[in-house]
Amino acid sequence: MFESLSDRLSRTARGLAGKRLTETNIQDALREVRRSLLEADVALDVVSSFVASVQQRAIGEKVVSSLNAHDAFVKIVHRELIELMGVANDSLDLTAPAPVVVLVAGLQGSGKTTTVAKLARFLRERERKKVAVVSADVYRPAAIAQLRRLAEEVQARFIASTQSESPLDIVNRALTDARTQFDDVLIVDTAGRLSIDEEMMTEIASLHQALTPVETLFVVDAMTGQDAALTSKAFDEAIPLTGIVLTKADGDARGGAALSVRAVTGKPVKFLGTGEKSDGLEAFHPDRIASRILGMGDVLTLIEEVERKVDKKKTSRLAQKIKRGRKFDLEDFREQLGQMAQLGGMSNVLEKLPGGRMLPANAQGQVDDDELAQLAVMIDSMTVHERRFPDVINGSRKRRIALGSGSQVQDINRLLKQHKQMQKMMKRVTRRGGMEKMMRGVGQTQPTWRPQRRR
Amino acid sequence: MGEEGAKNEGLRGRFIRSLGKTRLKVSHGIGDLVLGEKRIDENTLLDLEASLLTTDVGIDAAEAIIAGLKGRLSRNELSDRKALHQALRVELTEMARPLGKPFQIGSARPFVVLFIGVNGVGKTTTIGKLSKHLEVAGFSTLLAAGDTFRAAATEQIQAWGTSNDVPVVAQQSGADSAAVIYDAIETAKRRGIDVVLADTAGRLQAKKGLMDELSKIKRVIARTDETAPHECLLVIDANVGQNALSQLHDFDEAVGVSGMVVAKLDGSARGGVLFSLAHAQASQECTPVYFIGLGESADDLEPFDPDAFVEALLAP
Ligand SMILES: Nc1nc2c(ncn2[C@@H]2O[C@H](COP(=O)(O)OP(=O)(O)OP(=O)(O)O)[C@@H](O)[C@H]2O)c(=O)[nH]1
Ligand SMILES: Nc1nc2c(ncn2[C@@H]2O[C@H](COP(=O)(O)OP(=O)(O)O)[C@@H](O)[C@H]2O)c(=O)[nH]1
Ligand SMILES: [Mg+2]
Ligand SMILES: [Mg+2]
Repeated sequence: MFESLSDRLSRTARGLAGKRLTETNIQDALREVRRSLLEADVALDVVSSFVASVQQRAIGEKVVSSLNAHDAFVKIVHRELIELMGVANDSLDLTAPAPVVVLVAGLQGSGKTTTVAKLARFLRERERKKVAVVSADVYRPAAIAQLRRLAEEVQARFIASTQSESPLDIVNRALTDARTQFDDVLIVDTAGRLSIDEEMMTEIASLHQALTPVETLFVVDAMTGQDAALTSKAFDEAIPLTGIVLTKADGDARGGAALSVRAVTGKPVKFLGTGEKSDGLEAFHPDRIASRILGMGDVLTLIEEVERKVDKKKTSRLAQKIKRGRKFDLEDFREQLGQMAQLGGMSNVLEKLPGGRMLPANAQGQVDDDELAQLAVMIDSMTVHERRFPDVINGSRKRRIALGSGSQVQDINRLLKQHKQMQKMMKRVTRRGGMEKMMRGVGQTQPTWRPQRRR
Repeated sequence: MGEEGAKNEGLRGRFIRSLGKTRLKVSHGIGDLVLGEKRIDENTLLDLEASLLTTDVGIDAAEAIIAGLKGRLSRNELSDRKALHQALRVELTEMARPLGKPFQIGSARPFVVLFIGVNGVGKTTTIGKLSKHLEVAGFSTLLAAGDTFRAAATEQIQAWGTSNDVPVVAQQSGADSAAVIYDAIETAKRRGIDVVLADTAGRLQAKKGLMDELSKIKRVIARTDETAPHECLLVIDANVGQNALSQLHDFDEAVGVSGMVVAKLDGSARGGVLFSLAHAQASQECTPVYFIGLGESADDLEPFDPDAFVEALLAP
């Protein structure tokens, strides 16, 4: 729906493509950064200070950088964002004496109860902990029943509670219970509450005081808007938070709230919720969130990988050739296939492209790496002349190539057709970032890249 | 304010009071306009744009609003803050007005209302509230426990059925959602019930399989009456940011959204995203907002009134 920062930068009137960073184009680019971050729902104050720090860096960089302005700038923004997001994979502190208490809090419907179940499963399976859970949500209908069901599913010990008890009584009882039952960890679910609801904020502060939790996690929905900043600040003031869980990250939200909450509270994001089921919990990677907020998939990782692995000489030879108007022949196609394999295959490339992981399962199936390998084998069965001048490949040549590569004549036909399409696409490859664009092109045309499956 | 006072206050007053807590706070305070400096310039408008952005109005809508004000400024129509306040009210109201439309129960029986939306926005709670609202207005209602996925979702809607004293049709967890809703509509037909409020499991709009399931639910409902569902209500969380745009777009594509409900407007989030939604639909027929949610109890549902919404946002 919204453009990625990278696309924005390439598109702006005084775009950065090919140029060096200058005072003016930095200003233009910063405006695009601001827009991108606002569209990603990063809180305005956070956006403003972020833009200021990017400006600092960019001005410093413009003297030394040898990269073109676009790449240099994207890298600065990305790096700065990663830095703000904090260290990777900051896990739970489980070193305190048992029972280690984990308290979750957040707005209504943010995903607290589900997160409790996911954490219980995670700690039981990965850390071999004996986990108990309890619900102090005496308000929402069936909230306690929801946790009971989930506890059964993830095989955590469920400490029963009822709507007629006070939340404070519930947690005090649960704490004693967990001690006598020698649980390693006690996870406490709480009712959703608004940060401006004084009574409810006082309540959670009293629960916090009674429990003295080792971990107090703020659960925030990835789709949250500007208010994430104020809300998380209010929660952090009422109950000192130790970390953040960003839920519903399996959707298409940019998740700017993660940056707001992180910047405002200074607390690390510890986990991502990536599904409704109890296994939908992932460790947090600052670089991934940074790319996502900028709407760029893992394009940056890809740029770097391409820079590292792709044979520069071959790529620029190809670019030269195409620029001179020469055709992209089957030999070039074969080379591309080889480079693709070097990059870890199509699935690896696709996964890193924006939206790549969200491709419907059947489309992903169509870019089977085995099938790409089969294409390579078919080309390998051709003569040099055939590769350079594919038009000479007539019926009898096709039969020979099919035989030599263990495929069918239809497969050869399809390969030739795909090659024609590639040729057209290559014509569109312009000056800048040839390889990178080609990769994107590959991502877009992938459904036609499909040789018939071998029977 | 006592019980009585609250009752006499009327819908509009309650709406404004509730939203007033979270009114638009403008740097240099539009609210303090009498006290503030009198001159209006480009900087005043920039501050204003910033405060619009912090309510999730979104950059496109905010720029459109500010562009309107700039035009007035250059025509010397904004001589003082009072004029600015008034002009802003006009701009915001103009944008929000297409969202206003009263919710009506048509002539079909049963009248089927399907609730859809992403996870945790407030669908089930809104069903509980709307059921009460309709019963008070003299319609009999029946609830369909169409969320067969989330743990204890059935128990949750059953609790609403019990407290409102209305029937709930449910099956065991994991049952086919379309079948439950179909069953509920048939039951309502037999019992002569006026309105069926059908719940569904929350789903993220990026999940194609789940969106297809929703289309299927709609097709199955149409088998009971080809004009059903008569309303498909998308519930939006007032806390949501610009993702609301893609929610409306994708749910509309899957089942056709006939109206929206904005829940959780009693919080500190101000629901400015409604302007973003209205602006994005400027060139087409606007999907109306029928109701807003102002709390977790049965009575915390109010019809959406664009004028009151803007007024509350700007109240001093
Ligand atoms: N897709 C997806 N859905 C999630 C995720 N986490 C929670 N949900 C869903 O979001 C909805 C709300 O989750 P809950 O765990 O009930 O949220 P809560 O914060 O306990 O809600 P209240 O107790 O009602 O305030 C449910 O439909 C969950 O299935 C996630 O990471 N991804
Ligand atoms: N403060 C407030 N909370 C609400 C409102 N509507 C729903 N909720 C709460 O939001 C949470 C999710 O609501 P629910 O109806 O279960 O959402 P669903 O998953 O979309 O069905 C629950 O804790 C509700 O009590 C509202 O208008 N205001
Ligand atoms: Mg809960
Ligand atoms: Mg529900």
